[in-house]
Amino acid sequence: MRYALRRALHSLLLVAAVSLLSFLFAELAPGDFFSEMRLDPRLSPATIDAMRAQRGLNRPLPLRYLAWLGSVGRGEFGYSLAYNSAVGPLLVQRIPGTLLLTATATLAAWLLALPLGIWAASRRRAWTATALNGLLALLLSIPELLLAVVLLLFAAQTGWLPVGGMHSTGAESLSAAARLLDTVRHLAIPVAVLVLGMAPVLIRHVAAAMREVMDAPFALAARAHGVAPRRLLFRHLLPAALNPLVSLFGFSLGTLLSASLLVEVLVGWPGLGPLFLEAIFARDFALVLGVVMSSALMLIAGNLVADLLLYRVDPRIRVQ
Amino acid sequence: MKLRLTLAGLALLHGAILLAPWLAPYDYAEQHRDFPYAPPSRLHWAGLRPVVYGLVPDTGGEIYREDTSRQYPLELFIHGRLFGVAAPAVFFPWGTDSLGRDVFSRVLYGGRISLLTGLAATLLSLGLGLLWGTLAGFYGGWVDAILMRAGELFLALPWLYFLLGVRAFLPLHVSPTESFFLLAGIIGTVGWVRPARLVRGVVLSARERPFVAAARGFGASGFYLMRRHILPLTGSVVLTQATVLIPQFILAEVTLSFLGLGVGEPVPSWGNMLMEARQFHTLVSHAWMLAPGFASVPLLFGYLRLADLLLEKQHLAPVADL
Repeated sequence: MRYALRRALHSLLLVAAVSLLSFLFAELAPGDFFSEMRLDPRLSPATIDAMRAQRGLNRPLPLRYLAWLGSVGRGEFGYSLAYNSAVGPLLVQRIPGTLLLTATATLAAWLLALPLGIWAASRRRAWTATALNGLLALLLSIPELLLAVVLLLFAAQTGWLPVGGMHSTGAESLSAAARLLDTVRHLAIPVAVLVLGMAPVLIRHVAAAMREVMDAPFALAARAHGVAPRRLLFRHLLPAALNPLVSLFGFSLGTLLSASLLVEVLVGWPGLGPLFLEAIFARDFALVLGVVMSSALMLIAGNLVADLLLYRVDPRIRVQ
Repeated sequence: MKLRLTLAGLALLHGAILLAPWLAPYDYAEQHRDFPYAPPSRLHWAGLRPVVYGLVPDTGGEIYREDTSRQYPLELFIHGRLFGVAAPAVFFPWGTDSLGRDVFSRVLYGGRISLLTGLAATLLSLGLGLLWGTLAGFYGGWVDAILMRAGELFLALPWLYFLLGVRAFLPLHVSPTESFFLLAGIIGTVGWVRPARLVRGVVLSARERPFVAAARGFGASGFYLMRRHILPLTGSVVLTQATVLIPQFILAEVTLSFLGLGVGEPVPSWGNMLMEARQFHTLVSHAWMLAPGFASVPLLFGYLRLADLLLEKQHLAPVADL
């Protein structure tokens, strides 16, 4: 319990520090939403100054940070000048899309990586393992960007899978089951890209971690005592190999969120990615800040969950 | 042997990119307005000589047919370049883009930007990582705590969100030269934490080595110890990290330029060339626009292979950070 509290507090502090730093960085940035307007000869500088004053952009920095914190407290996360709306609701619309994509991909990648990694670790000299290794190395060097475009092209030409978005047009009128199937069909390509990008890394790490514990004296002792292979794997080897894998989970989450941003933009998935890009091009700093903070929250929360899980399954941490 | 083969392959690729002005049949900005989206030119053989036929727009638009009435031999060492064809004819090994620019030439030139950004960002990142890692590992205590906590902040964001977030607050419209420095700068600063952590680990153990203690006993200053005794020990880690980081940072440049936040027209980079691939209808009939993407694969593969071989030598786990 104390461990959980400490980790939670640490995560909170991290979020607070990230918010402060990104806010400061946004404030130090040259230009803002109105700076492009200054080029417009029809608007006098006085008008623009008045518009900035109306938005509170000319107040001193600490006051603005406090105001921003207040609006975070109200769930608004500042005011988006490009969308003329509070940032919070905009984020709330998009976060489920990103979460759905990332969570599905994380699950699929790990479900694929664990058995394959264990399999590769147990057959390290076999030609099949060598072939798998070569395939993984090739997959690792194909940019996700290329992978996504090629898959989309394939889908467009065969017509087997929908090419973009999250729902077909008119999906609202379908029955619940048909809607679910529709979403799953839309998920297939983005998830495939993310899994193909992430799984090779995971498989290699699972294999490395498993190899290490398989070579450990305790594994030999257990085998010598006649522990059944299945029990050996699930009761002895996997728990011992779990520690590096859980830190890998946090890492994989960050990578998947990043890759997901790109894939969302490519397939027009209604997640944070396209919103982020629009905000950047519109110089809508409040929205940029909101998206950055949401991504940090997702990653930090994911890491916290991983830490707590590790605490449950790995007794070594409880002793420390 | 494997290592030598990998190094030779990488050297070949780097050489090709470096020699772009000589290997490419055209300049990266040269437009052939009559031939937008021309498909890759087909080579024919007249006896033992490779020749191309003239290209004629067919039924207007973007469809072409070959005019078989005249042959133009493919010549070596023409116009100060390795190969090309004489004036009225055109030779596009990998086709052309929407403005009729030769994709092959642009891929070679674009490789310069992408590769150079990756290398510069890696240098910056390793420099920062060495500095922070050495200071944190050598002094330990509160210096270590502060430096590494600061590093943790850099890992609290998914890297692409971080990269785009930093990019968002910098000016959008910058010249190609500025954007090169901008990209290398932000990619390098975003990515320094992992090398710093690894360097710190090495320094922590190096600090306890007997010869360091001996030098300290003789009254060596902290700076001298770090420079003379500790830095050389970090060499292999830094080298391995370089091979891990370079492909990542090349990809980061490609991603940023692809999203329109990196190097802009008319200077090509693999990322901004792939921007055309965002329009699906162009891709369906002009698949050669994906050439920069495919061109990056052997380079990335080479670096990954090199990283794996180096790690294998040090008996470490394979590369994860991609």
